[in-house]
Amino acid sequence: MIRFLITVIRRDVLLAARRRGDWLTAQFFFVMVVSMFPLGIGPEPTMLRLIGPGVVWVAALLACLLSLGRLFADDFRDGSLEQMLLSPYPNSLLALGKALAHWVINGIPLLLIAPVLGIQFGLPAEALVILVLSLAIGTPILSLLGGIGAALTLGLRGGGVLITLLILPLYVPVLIFGAGAVEGAMSGTGSEAHLSLLGAFLVMSLLVAPWISSLALKISVE
Amino acid sequence: MNLYYFASPATFYPLAGKLVPWFALLAAALCAVGLYISFFVAPTDFQQGEGYRIIFIHVPAAWMSMFIYVVMAFWSAIGLAWNTRLSFVMARALAPTGAMFTFVALWTGAFWGKPMWGAWWVWDARLTSELILLFLYVGYMALQAAIDDPRRADRAGALLNLVGVINIPIIYFSVKWWNTLHQGSSVSLTRAPSMAMIMLWGMLIMALAAWMYTIAVSLARARTLILERERQTEWARLQLEGQA
Repeated sequence: MIRFLITVIRRDVLLAARRRGDWLTAQFFFVMVVSMFPLGIGPEPTMLRLIGPGVVWVAALLACLLSLGRLFADDFRDGSLEQMLLSPYPNSLLALGKALAHWVINGIPLLLIAPVLGIQFGLPAEALVILVLSLAIGTPILSLLGGIGAALTLGLRGGGVLITLLILPLYVPVLIFGAGAVEGAMSGTGSEAHLSLLGAFLVMSLLVAPWISSLALKISVE
Repeated sequence: MNLYYFASPATFYPLAGKLVPWFALLAAALCAVGLYISFFVAPTDFQQGEGYRIIFIHVPAAWMSMFIYVVMAFWSAIGLAWNTRLSFVMARALAPTGAMFTFVALWTGAFWGKPMWGAWWVWDARLTSELILLFLYVGYMALQAAIDDPRRADRAGALLNLVGVINIPIIYFSVKWWNTLHQGSSVSLTRAPSMAMIMLWGMLIMALAAWMYTIAVSLARARTLILERERQTEWARLQLEGQA
């Protein structure tokens, strides 16, 4: 079973590595959305420091949603998704592998870019550490929950916008705890509570989300 | 009589047709009584003046908005578990009414907030979670609208509905906590003075009216959904010809 999981992850990562344009788009989208905010609001450092964590987190949500549309779509179109669903292993394992691969491809680069963007917003060093930490715990949740939306909207017209409508309300707790952790570190109220809750949410979505995604996949493919 | 007898669309359709006028009548009567109490019998509040009377619409709408989402989840769960077509139809028929009540709750809340708090909108925990509830309703209806195959639309919508119900408490507590961290509780909905008995009665009667209205409207909507889906069957064709 572990072998199957690793195979699914390896396959998706390999496919992404061969087609760099696809996943780089989402990363540049992330950088650009974040850069638009100072242009729209103005360059005062105090203001930017205040909104920085929230802006980076919101941009991370949007970048994640942008790439989620293709989570199952390519495999669905060429028929390999059906073959994988017919494999003797549990389908939730497939959904888990897909979500983890999505996190490796799209989540980890976000973690590496985020500190640079944080510096642009004038965040202090300890806040940058918490920002990366909160993104490290939070972005897997985005991939896992997003997998449900991607499975539900599989093959529908206008799937990209639809997935945003379905999944963004479910991201609210992640956004609150993630951005709240960084803000807590900056204002001195501490970020442990936020990070713990984020961790609890991660454990819950790890347990529940792949199972629901697999049910959604079955509904969409049959 | 077996309750499952009415689980078939063919037998449920005439039953719903008989029930709709009764519930509609009940809703109209209760609404008339409730409005009479809320406008003429209930006394003016000594703190809030006449403006408080909006709660007779606002509170029932807010109750119904949350209650309907849970009822939808109940039908969705039954539909997914036993694969009953009628359960999905009921869930789907309830959604627009739920969204409507959520919107009414937000709208009347803004009208109440302006004279009482001096602001149309504050990022209070309850307001924010009600807004997110509206988003959940919109997502559900958008998903239903995007899928052409009714069988897939039913099951996908039901799954989304259940995921939403699991998430509502998490969203509510996260928003509540976010709110208390960001700003002091300048505004609180939980007022210390307890409500006069007659005000409470007015509110309860209006809530019952909203409930009866929901039943009437969703049954009527379920009837059209059933006819649309069963149009190729013999009984549905007879129904349509009988009406024409």
